[in-house]
Amino acid sequence: MIWGVSIAELARLMQAHLLLSACAVLAACALGLPAAVWAAHHRRASAPLMGAISLAQTIPGLALLALFYPLLLLLARTTGWAIPALGFLPACLALTVYALLPIVRNGVAAIRGIDPALREAADGLGMTAAQRLRLVELPLGAPVILAGIRTATVWTVGTATLATTIGQPSLGDLIFSGLQTEDWQRVLAGCVAAAVLALVADALLALVESGLARRSRLRWGAGLALLVAAAALAFAGPGVSTGQRTIVVGAKNFSEQYILARLIEDRLHRAGYRTERRDNLGSAIAYRALAAGDIDVYVDYSGTLWANVLQRKDNPPAPAMLSVLRSELAKRDGVTLAGSLGFENAYAFAMKRSRAESLHINSLADLAAKAPQLKLASDLEFLSRPEWQAVDRAYGLRFADKRSYSPTFMYRALEDGSADVISAFSSDGRISAQDLVTLTDPRHALPSYDAVLLLAPKGDAKLAGALKPLLGGIGIDAMRQANWMVDRDKDKRTPAQAAKWLDGKLKYTAE
Amino acid sequence: MIELARVSKRYQGRAVLDGVSLRIGEGEFVALVGQSGAGKTTLLKAINRLAEIDEGSVTIADIEGSPAELRRRIGYVFQGIGLFPHMTVAENIALVPKLGGGEARVGELLDLVALPRDLAGRYPAQLSGGQQQRVGVARALAAEPKIVLMDEPFGALDPVTRAELGQAYRALHTRMGLTTVMVTHDLAEALLLADRVVVLAGGRIAADLPPKDLFHFEGDPAIAAMIATVRAQAGRLEELAR
Repeated sequence: MIWGVSIAELARLMQAHLLLSACAVLAACALGLPAAVWAAHHRRASAPLMGAISLAQTIPGLALLALFYPLLLLLARTTGWAIPALGFLPACLALTVYALLPIVRNGVAAIRGIDPALREAADGLGMTAAQRLRLVELPLGAPVILAGIRTATVWTVGTATLATTIGQPSLGDLIFSGLQTEDWQRVLAGCVAAAVLALVADALLALVESGLARRSRLRWGAGLALLVAAAALAFAGPGVSTGQRTIVVGAKNFSEQYILARLIEDRLHRAGYRTERRDNLGSAIAYRALAAGDIDVYVDYSGTLWANVLQRKDNPPAPAMLSVLRSELAKRDGVTLAGSLGFENAYAFAMKRSRAESLHINSLADLAAKAPQLKLASDLEFLSRPEWQAVDRAYGLRFADKRSYSPTFMYRALEDGSADVISAFSSDGRISAQDLVTLTDPRHALPSYDAVLLLAPKGDAKLAGALKPLLGGIGIDAMRQANWMVDRDKDKRTPAQAAKWLDGKLKYTAE
Repeated sequence: MIELARVSKRYQGRAVLDGVSLRIGEGEFVALVGQSGAGKTTLLKAINRLAEIDEGSVTIADIEGSPAELRRRIGYVFQGIGLFPHMTVAENIALVPKLGGGEARVGELLDLVALPRDLAGRYPAQLSGGQQQRVGVARALAAEPKIVLMDEPFGALDPVTRAELGQAYRALHTRMGLTTVMVTHDLAEALLLADRVVVLAGGRIAADLPPKDLFHFEGDPAIAAMIATVRAQAGRLEELAR
């Protein structure tokens, strides 16, 4: 174990990270170097290309990765080909686009920067354009071209940590999950490992570069050999799946989802399945990934599905909502709603008990009266969700200030007084731990959020059977405690440990 | 050997060459002189098709094929020397024969330009200016061309090295039976080395004479002024020598 991360996990993530980065940089070189050669000799015609490449660079890395998901999904739908829209392919494509700029820009500068007298000498001696490129332009431009590849490599290794968000394992898994569960050692392990990879790759490329500059075959040969060896190690690793079917378990980006995904994995392992995890999926991506078959199983919440997937604005009682969801999701996307897990993770407005009591606030109606003096802290998506609009419509909440935080920092804001009210989740362990009260909803504006198990189309009965003990098996208290084990600062547990604990607490009501 | 007929070349609307006709026989050493912009470098480049001409024709005896093939069979010595900094002396010299799939006898070529053979493994930056241009001459001769074009070949050298290298090349020209066309802005150099001096002005040939006749040329006032300067220098030098 290094900083709470097992060697096996670290090795697996490093290998995946290295493979992804190496593929992206190689692809960017394969596309970028010929493009640079062409652009260097066609200054005017290449201006739009250079502009497009520069523009791509201005898109934030996270957004670029996210954009490839719908793009590939659309491509798969229109062509009818089985293109995986999640995981390696979109991540590699996005990183390739990102790596293009330094490679092309340096390549163009390298070739254009060659002394015109030397180019004329090459022509005057009778070189063909191809000979001039091979014998003069590329060798003389090599140090600058290589400097571009170095920059691209360092960027790519760094940016590859974001691939986690579209379901491609990378060292970002450690960073993102560590951030959510406030496991700083995990975050640090991810950062350090990514930095080490970037530095080693950079050092080897620097060796090649200086070898070329000094015309030392030994130097650049050694650098190149080590780079090839590292890439070969990444390609040869066990990452590429073998014939046996692997079940892909999805998880959104918060503690409860990490715990439940591991609980599902444990259950599937016991039933003899091999599994893979896709952590940190965005809320909208998770369902579409399941419908498209990119993931096989994950846990979502009825109210989220109701509003975001079915686009419904009404708010029926929980049992009616579940039965409509079950039939609609099956009809629309072939998705199986296996059943609810037994607890709810609803949006609830929470305040510190002392503050609520001194202001005499018990319900959302009481809150509406005092809202103009109060500050709201919400999670990143709440304020843009239909649930918030529904609450706002029903009660007319006019806060003095509204801010968005990642969930962990939202609770901090309540603790340190920068917020009076937060959009909490009812299954959150911090509610009891921080002595918070959740406000009642007398007008029933907030929908129910039963945690439900969703299975991808073409799922088999054995899979559903293996997960059956989870249905109705998890009570709200058990879930809150498991969440708290992971979220608390002292005596912190990993999601895997919390999942083991939760497995022992399953209520066997179904039998 | 080389025949240019009514060659014209326009650049941005201005005539750089304006109907130039010139015939150069085998074994001749022709110097092209004239002021900047007179068209002498363009005329030189028209011969090996580094410059595309707009009108007229250029014919070279016994050489056909693509421009690149043509250039490999015509030696070229460059103004800025133009050695490739990433190649050794030997690699620079062997370059042209290699382009056509052959090999060069680097040692013999170094002997030819009076350079020690142990310079073969050095890079151009490790040589003096004079040594570099000797390598440039060796490179031009490596593919055993019959024609050599020189664009201000000795312009970047100090006067002593310049005179020395000029004489050395003239000797090679005679010994190997080459046909040489040399661009220079230095009339004295042209008079000393060439068999024939062609004076260009405004894209036309203003005079085409053997050195001795040009030295005594009277006529076109601009040319007469150029000659007068050289004559005055020569007279003064003669006085000093007495």
